[in-house]
This record gives sequence, C-alpha cells and structure tokens, in this order.
Amino acid sequence: MSKMINLTINNMPVSVEEGTTILEAAKKLSISIPTLCYHEDLCVAGNCRVCVVELVGMRTLQASCAVPARDNMQILTNSMKVRQARRHIIELLLSEHNADCTKCYKNGNCELQELSNEYRIGNRLFADLVTEKNYTIDQSSPSIMKDDSKCIRCQRCVRTCSELQAVSALAVSGKGNHMKISSFYDHPMHEVVCTNCGQCINRCPTGALIERNYIDEVWEAIYNPNKHVVVQTAPAVRVALGEELGYDPGERVTGKMVAALRRLGFDSVLDTDFTADLTIMEEGTELLTRLKKALVDGDTSVSLPMFTSCSPGWIKFIEHMFPELLPNLSTCKSPQQMFGTLAKTYYAQRKNIDPKDMVSISIMPCTAKKFESVRPEMRDSGFQDVDYVLTTRELAIMIKQAGINFMQLEDDKYDRFMGDSSGAAVIFGATGGVMEAALRTAYELVTGREVPFANLNITPVRGMEGVKEASIKIENVKADWSFLEGAELKVAIAHGLTNAKKLMTAIRDGKASYHFVEVMACPGGCLGGGGQPIPTSPEIRKKRTEAIYAEDEGLPIRKSHENPEVAAIYADFLSEPLGHKSHELLHTHYKARKRY
Amino acid sequence: MSNSEILVKELADKYGRNRESLMPILQDVIEVRRYVTDEVLVSVAKELDLSAAEVFGTASFYSFIDTKEVGKYVIRLCKTIVCDMKGKDAIIGALESTLRIKVGQTTPDKKFTLFTTNCLGWCHKGPAMLINDEVYTELTPGKAIEIIENYMHK
Ligand code: SF4
Ligand code: SF4
Ligand code: SF4
Ligand code: FES
Ligand code: FES
Repeated sequence: MSKMINLTINNMPVSVEEGTTILEAAKKLSISIPTLCYHEDLCVAGNCRVCVVELVGMRTLQASCAVPARDNMQILTNSMKVRQARRHIIELLLSEHNADCTKCYKNGNCELQELSNEYRIGNRLFADLVTEKNYTIDQSSPSIMKDDSKCIRCQRCVRTCSELQAVSALAVSGKGNHMKISSFYDHPMHEVVCTNCGQCINRCPTGALIERNYIDEVWEAIYNPNKHVVVQTAPAVRVALGEELGYDPGERVTGKMVAALRRLGFDSVLDTDFTADLTIMEEGTELLTRLKKALVDGDTSVSLPMFTSCSPGWIKFIEHMFPELLPNLSTCKSPQQMFGTLAKTYYAQRKNIDPKDMVSISIMPCTAKKFESVRPEMRDSGFQDVDYVLTTRELAIMIKQAGINFMQLEDDKYDRFMGDSSGAAVIFGATGGVMEAALRTAYELVTGREVPFANLNITPVRGMEGVKEASIKIENVKADWSFLEGAELKVAIAHGLTNAKKLMTAIRDGKASYHFVEVMACPGGCLGGGGQPIPTSPEIRKKRTEAIYAEDEGLPIRKSHENPEVAAIYADFLSEPLGHKSHELLHTHYKARKRY
Repeated sequence: MSNSEILVKELADKYGRNRESLMPILQDVIEVRRYVTDEVLVSVAKELDLSAAEVFGTASFYSFIDTKEVGKYVIRLCKTIVCDMKGKDAIIGALESTLRIKVGQTTPDKKFTLFTTNCLGWCHKGPAMLINDEVYTELTPGKAIEIIENYMHK
C-alpha cells in the first residue's frame, strides 16, 4: 500500500494516497474545483489556471490539478483571494472569446459558459479583444468544424490528438497573443491527416471544435412528403443516448430510442445491428478464405493478418499512416455503409420504392462516419448510400426540439425488415466486440460447435487494456475445414489510435504475428466515440460497456449467423457471403493518402 | 528526392533524428534558405517521425523562423514599448513609403520584407531594427530611408 497523506481542505481533514492531486483530494470531500484544461483522459497541462487554490502560508496560488497533496497542507478552495483570481481568469478568457452564447452550438453544454454563469460574470473588467483578432472558422470538413473565436487554448484537443490518437493533426502554433491551435500550415481540416474521429470534439470544453451538424437537413427530409426516410441506429447509441436525456450513464434506452425516432417522423426505424451481423458473415468468410488461400493453396499474395474495417477513423488513419498495410484491411464496408447500400437496393425493391425518393439517415456514435458517408466509394446503390449521419448528440437535440418527453416513452420495437439483430451485433459497440462476434460465428462454422467459453462470453477479448491478445485452438473441425485442424488462431485488438499505431508498427516490422486484428479508432470502441454524449470519461465508458454486454446477454439470438434476417437476405438477394452481389454492394477498396 | 529533402536528410544525418534535433535542423535550414516552406517542414517531419503540424507549430513559435517566403533582406523593426515611445510609428511610415509595401509584405522584386518584432534588447538606443543579422539603432525616418537606399543598391 502506498503512503497516505493527511491534509485539510477548507478546514476539513482528508487523507489520500500519495500522488493524489489537490483537485482529486477535494473531490473526496465533495468539493468541486472548476477546471478547463484538465481532463481525466489526458496528461496534466496546468495552463488555464482556473483551478487555482490557496495554500495557506504560500504567497502564490497553486493549480490544484497539477500539484500533489502533501502532508499538513492547508488548502482553501473558496477564499477571497481564490475567488478573485478565478474571476479574473474567467474574465480574461472571455475578453478574447466570441461569447455569442445564444447563437453557439454548445449553448447549454459548454464548460466556459457554465463557469461564467457560476461566477455571474456581468460587466467586463477587461477590454474586449475579439474584434482585434482575425479569427478563422474552418468548415471544410464534413465531420468537424473549428472556430478559433471560441477557443480558449486549453490544448485538450492537442493532447487528445497526440496522446490518445497519435495523429497530432492539431498543434499549438505561434506565441503570445498570436498563439493558436492549428493544423499543418493552417491548412483546412479536410486536407490534413485528421481522421475525423471527433475525440477532440468530445473533449473541447467550448464551441471551438464541434461536429458538422445536419439536423436541419434531416428535418427537411422528414417534412418532405415525397421522400421515404429510413433511419438506422448504431449499436453504441442505445447505451449512451440516455445520458443526454436525463438518465445516468449505463442506462440502456433501445426501446425508448426507437419510440422517439418513430415520433420524430421517420418512415422506417431500422437497426445497423442487422448489417453488423452481415459484416460478420462477410468478414468471417473473408478471413477463412484468406487463411485457406495462404495455408492450403500456398498463395503468397494473401495478406495476413486481416484487419477489421468497420471504423472509418481507423480506415483514414491507416490510409495516411500505414498505406503499405492497406492490403491487410478487410474489404468489407462498415455496417453503416452496408446498410446504406442495402437500403437503396434490397429494401427499396422489397418495399417498391424508387431509391431516388429515399433519404437514408444514420445515427452514429461517430463523427468519422459523416466523412465516410460522403466518400466517393460509397455510392454503390447508384446514389449516395447514406445521405446524412447524425451523432448521438444531434439525435438528442432533435428529440428535445420535438418536445418529446423521452423518459416517459413506452418501449417500441424496430421495424421487422432489416431491423432484426443478434447480441453479437450489439457488442460491435465495445472494443473487442467485433472480434468476439466473429469468433462466435467462425468457430462454429468451422467446428460445428459453439465457442468454448462459458455462456458465449469470450472474456479475453474484452476490457480496456489498450492492446489485447488472445488465441483460440481449433480442433475436431468439419471436413471442409480440415486444413485448420489443430491450428491456433491468434488475434489482437487495439482501441484508440495510439494503441493501433503500436500494434501496426509491430506487425509491419515483423515483431508480432496474428491472423486477425480488430482496430477501433476510439478509446473503448464506439461506445467512447467522438459523437457520443459529452463528457465521456473512463468511468462513463465502463458503464456503457457494462450496458452493451447486458444488452447482448438479454437477446434471444447471440450469434450473427443465427439472425433469421441474415439467412433471408442470403436466400433472397445476396445468395452467399463473398458472392458476386456481395462484392458489388458490400465490399470496397481503400486509397493511400499523404502522411503529412 | 527534391532539393529540400536532400538538405533535410543531410541535416538529420548531422544532428540526429530525435526530437531535440528539430531546432538545430530548422536553424540550419534558415541559414541556407532564409525561410522554411511546407515542403521543408514535411521533410523534417518525415525524417524525425513527427507530425507535420507539430513541426509547423514549433517553427511558428520563433520569430526568426519565417514560415512564408521572405525577400533577400528581412527588416524587423522593434514594436515594443520603448521603441514605440521613441517613435517607431514614424519609422514604419518611412519604411512603408520607401519600399511601397505594408508591414508583413514583400516587395515584388523579392528583395525586401518588412516585419515588426518584439524587443531586440537595444531599448537604450531605440528605435531599433534588424536587417537580416545587422542591427541599426537610434533610427530617425531619414536615417532609416538612407539605410534602405544603401541596401537597394547592394
Ligand atoms: S463556446 Fe461556450 S461560452 Fe463561448 S459562445 Fe459558445 S456557449 Fe458561449
Ligand atoms: S479547440 Fe477546444 S480543446 Fe482545443 S484548445 Fe481550443 S478550447 Fe481547448
Ligand atoms: S478528429 Fe481525431 S484526428 Fe482529427 S484532429 Fe480531432 S482528435 Fe485529431
Ligand atoms: S484545470 Fe488546472 S490549470 Fe487548467
Ligand atoms: S523596446 Fe525596442 S529594442 Fe527593446
């Protein structure tokens, strides 16, 4: 056990482990100290100073997020001196801030606004410098908007992009009053290495980084009587949407979400989980085919390990950073895009609707999927396959705009056609989930038996470890798969692009070998996606993860290949996994992009 | 390989490829090229395995690393308080009208670029300015024009 430190905060004694900061110690006493640059997921920057506290006996105030508690410290978090300093800090920030709150997308969910509200900042003490500044707004990206007039230079985004994502698309440039957050040479965001993951958006305390929102476009589609509007919802949305609408983290709101979508006026409420199951069929078959080619046919052109391809942030990352590994990517489109193509082909045919009269919307935990939907490769239905992508946050805004009392809604069910799913699809939302789903199906396909894990829960691939490894021994296989007899299938899983970079470097340099690798761009997987409710913290990710696995266990069907709609689409439309039609509609290709 | 890539590679061979080599490499590039371009910074990022945005961020921190093309002679007039009080505005006026450019611009013949900068440490002899590495102090509008005219004939 580490040493305990005894101190007092506001004259109340508290005892904490050595290394605990004053900020964390105060939390133990239920005292909150305001913060701006501090974020639980990131290293301490200590640059905003709003967290200052008084250390009795010291002349200067201390940044509580950066200073560890020491024995016999006497801390005051709300002395006259502290209050005055904090007020000045907030006012100084506001003097350079375009505080146009009523017109700001973050109105009501902004840490700076909250602080100035708490301190009732009224009359300005300092000159307003906003007009002096030549602020720029970058709207070039289909995923992200960057408005420098709202930036307080806390550098959370910079630390996010470098520590969590190893991309560093954003950095600090200039100095003094010219200091700002910029991309390389201030190039527009859509021209640089940004993966559109939105992790920076999720951590920006103000309106400086926000998602490109398509709420009005979606309302317009809904109001247009000539359009048939379908909506799909990703697995991770149902375990997080509640946070925006009055629930504590970890609440599953699947049924209420479906009910709300119906009330909003969508013509059909469908589930991305259906195409997640389909992804498993396609990707699982692709893996087995690659293994067969490599092991039986001795085909050396086959690239192994195979990488999953459902995370568009990850796709753009590998296109920029490891183009030499692009052949290892599964050619499967993401479930969102498979859904999009099938909506305007399979669904349209069955429902007798002209696809040109359809508008296809998806609700995603993700901002990278906005970019993905406008990729030129994603038009295999003959139209843009997915027309608009909304984040979990945007859906919550629409629900509020429509005056729906979410918590009072009765649970409803997805429409029957392309609305059925298995537990395997639900766990796509958590890191390790795609791997687990794939193993549940592939193992059974090859051996005829269920995976050898209690209650189908493949626990070695679960959890928040940055890079996870597992192996599964394949024995007593069916005749068709005799080449796999006795083989040890080795898999790895990474979430967060910093972990992906580590794993990719090891694979590229021949230091690690696997058969199948899952990568999700966001920490924790989609449940921690850049489009999820703000804040997202380690604790909240844990709650959402528990909810995802609970949802899986609660479903009657937990293996993708047992989803009856999946069987039906192969029987009626696609014929077989990796077949001609699948290739045409469900698979894609990638392009190498500039590293810098 | 482009000229920039060759230059940067040589410098990386000389100084090494860890993060600390970034500044010496940039300084040497400035010595040879006077300013850096996005091409140079990309080469540096590649050689040192850094992100291009980080390299740009670092370069842009230093007033003496110009990240845009500059003329053969770069004039940096001090704009800090002492020189300001001693009449830097009049000097700016004289320089701008002689060169027919505004602060931040380069003459069409690419010979002069005019910048203002922070304290040069010559406050006691302000107003002060630098032309490339040369310091000129106790400026008057007339003196400033004379200096520039000399450079024009260089
Ligand atoms: S970023 Fe926050 S404080 Fe600034 S205008 Fe928007 S809501 Fe207001
Ligand atoms: S963009 Fe947001 S996160 Fe980044 S420095 Fe500005 S305020 Fe902070
Ligand atoms: S979206 Fe992701 S990759 Fe792009 S700047 Fe933000 S954190 Fe970096
Ligand atoms: S929160 Fe402590 S210095 Fe910013
Ligand atoms: S103020 Fe101009 S040199 Fe110091």
